[in-house]
Amino acid sequence: MSEVLTLATEVLVIGGGLAGAWAAVAAAREGADVVLVDKGHCGTSGVTATAGPGHWWVPPDRRETAVADRLQRSLGLGDPDWMGRILDLTWTSLPGLADHYAFSTDDRGEIQHRALRGPEYMRAMRAYAVAAGARILDHHPALQLLRHGDGSIAGASGIALRGERPWTIRAGAVVLAAGGTAFASRLLGSATNTGDGLLMGAEAGADLSGMEFTNYYTPALAGTNMARSMAYSFARWFDADDRELDIPNGPDVTPHLARALLKGPLFCRLDRVPDDIRAVMPQVQPNFVLPFARLGIDAYGERFEVVLHAEGTVRGIGGLRVDDQDCQTAVPGLYVAGDNASRELVTGAISGGGAVNSSWALSSGQWAGAAAARRARSTGARATDLAITTGRAGLIPRRDVRPVDTAGAVQAVREELNAYDKNIFRQGEALEASLARLDGIWKELADHGRAEGRAGLRLREAAALVAAGRWSKAAALARRESRGMHRREDAPGLDPRLSCRQRAQGLDRVFTRFEPAPAPDPLRAEVA
Amino acid sequence: MIEVVIEDRCSGCGDCVEACPSDVLALGEGGKAVIAAQADCQTCLLCELYCPADALFVWPETERVAGVTAQQALASGQLGAFRRDHGWGEHAANRTNQHWRMGAIFERARLQAIELAAAKAARTEEGSST
Ligand SMILES: Cc1cc2nc3c(=O)[nH]c(=O)nc-3n(C[C@H](O)[C@H](O)[C@H](O)COP(=O)(O)OP(=O)(O)OC[C@H]3O[C@@H](n4cnc5c(N)ncnc54)[C@H](O)[C@@H]3O)c2cc1C
Ligand code: SF4
Ligand code: SF4
Repeated sequence: MSEVLTLATEVLVIGGGLAGAWAAVAAAREGADVVLVDKGHCGTSGVTATAGPGHWWVPPDRRETAVADRLQRSLGLGDPDWMGRILDLTWTSLPGLADHYAFSTDDRGEIQHRALRGPEYMRAMRAYAVAAGARILDHHPALQLLRHGDGSIAGASGIALRGERPWTIRAGAVVLAAGGTAFASRLLGSATNTGDGLLMGAEAGADLSGMEFTNYYTPALAGTNMARSMAYSFARWFDADDRELDIPNGPDVTPHLARALLKGPLFCRLDRVPDDIRAVMPQVQPNFVLPFARLGIDAYGERFEVVLHAEGTVRGIGGLRVDDQDCQTAVPGLYVAGDNASRELVTGAISGGGAVNSSWALSSGQWAGAAAARRARSTGARATDLAITTGRAGLIPRRDVRPVDTAGAVQAVREELNAYDKNIFRQGEALEASLARLDGIWKELADHGRAEGRAGLRLREAAALVAAGRWSKAAALARRESRGMHRREDAPGLDPRLSCRQRAQGLDRVFTRFEPAPAPDPLRAEVA
Repeated sequence: MIEVVIEDRCSGCGDCVEACPSDVLALGEGGKAVIAAQADCQTCLLCELYCPADALFVWPETERVAGVTAQQALASGQLGAFRRDHGWGEHAANRTNQHWRMGAIFERARLQAIELAAAKAARTEEGSST
């Protein structure tokens, strides 16, 4: 293998999607030296680049109502202070992107900041980060974190895909912004998001939260990945015999569609999309119209088959737990942002897709970036201090090295975490069986897996997917109730005693525990 | 899945190679873009967007290689359509970014659903009173 590329910097940002790019901007603005590494290309990879997020963009006089409404829907797991903070920062940050993003004006000439189109947004974020002084290394996936003897974070190591050259970057602080994971489904834009940031964080000592909330799904034309949901909010749904199904559109449509899909093929008609919207669609969501145009399907005239794509933690909720106002994890010097972090504080038990997630990515990215910069500026890169590797599965096998079935592991994760019956309509026994299967695969990978170069990356990705799948199943098993998107067929309805967030951790053995409920609950007292 | 590079159009600028998030593309020995790792393609379409020469063609199916040839791609009339709809490069003047309308479109759908539910309720009412 060729010589190791070695660098020292004040702040290292891992992941150059929406959150990582905002983190790089904020860290550089504090005057820190910043290196950002992405597995893909900062500007095109991640789930923002292929979509187009609407932010939680609310004028100051309407924020109190917006927070109160969201808090109620968060079903006891949200935090109004964090909601207020992301509303403020979204409002003050987006206009600053005007040098790089051509904001549109509406029919009255007012500048529109709320929704930015993905490819243009991420192209602008890259330019913004570069203009702020960040150094970007594309196609440089991180494989593991490094820590000091005192437990604080010392940097990361990974591999440059071109030439398969290993790299080590020492840093005074690290921001993990490697996205959520859709558990290897075909969700648009999610291929590089294999949960690496969750695994790396957990190996370094961070814990997770909200991992039971991983069952948000989005419809797409069958055979494609085009999970753009807007047009489907006008859809009519049909079974194989072309009988129209009584499925009203709205936030709770998924279980209905999944039930239909468990019976047979599901079809859709978009004939209720108004003409003026059809006309403008190619310029609103150019990628939505493309598969229809190429496959020769008249999207608004004929019926077509649809599937649901699993979104895992992406428009689900769970991730590494933020431990303070700066988005630091439980590990000193390790910060987390965007979908790599749990979004329960701002979304509670329902999806933050549609507004809250992007505002969280923008805000948590900036808080994490700025705090990482402040920390690193005071400690320096400590590049000559001893650093210890933290990565295990796929890097340092516990037993003898032998070939492991990486592709089979990924396929098992798909089967256990994407299947409609197992993941949408959850039951204790099935969750236990999934967990046992994934535990077995984890053991195999951790005991025997080791590979170099690209194969090494694929192995680490598989390990991360399996680890994230285990936390998700364990958390779903322990939350014996139905709350928000988490739905237990064997425990319908809310259990007031579980109106609190649940943490998950552990690699060789996975365990979870509920946080104490924020306020004393009258019912709880009654039960006791 | 990325299907084909139209060699006659490719200038060898390398923009697609840099932009591909899954590291599928490379510059070949002849200085033109080549599909080096087709199975890794995630059908994100962004190489098409970043290619100023409209020399790349992505087929929307994710699970299989469709085997589209350069001739078929040229005949489809779809080469460059994605970059055109995005209003990049020479299309900037006549294709504006209308993405900001997304919020209002979702709102129209929400109102339509409410109307439909009300109409349905009225029908059931009528049905039960006759
Ligand atoms: C179709 C769709 C539509 C959406 N619409 C909305 C919306 O309207 N409103 C809203 O609020 N939210 C929306 N969301 C959610 C929103 O897009 C995400 O919350 C946001 O993109 C999160 O940003 P991120 O930076 O955390 O993750 P991403 O943007 O996914 O970026 C993660 C990055 O990490 C990189 N990476 C992964 N592993 C590694 C590694 N080992 N080393 C280095 N880099 C790595 C990836 O390559 C990627 O670039 C939508 C999501 C989808 C899928
Ligand atoms: S469609 Fe996306 S993943 Fe496939 S080659 Fe093009 S840029 Fe790469
Ligand atoms: S971007 Fe287009 S012109 Fe440039 S190398 Fe790629 S295919 Fe060729």
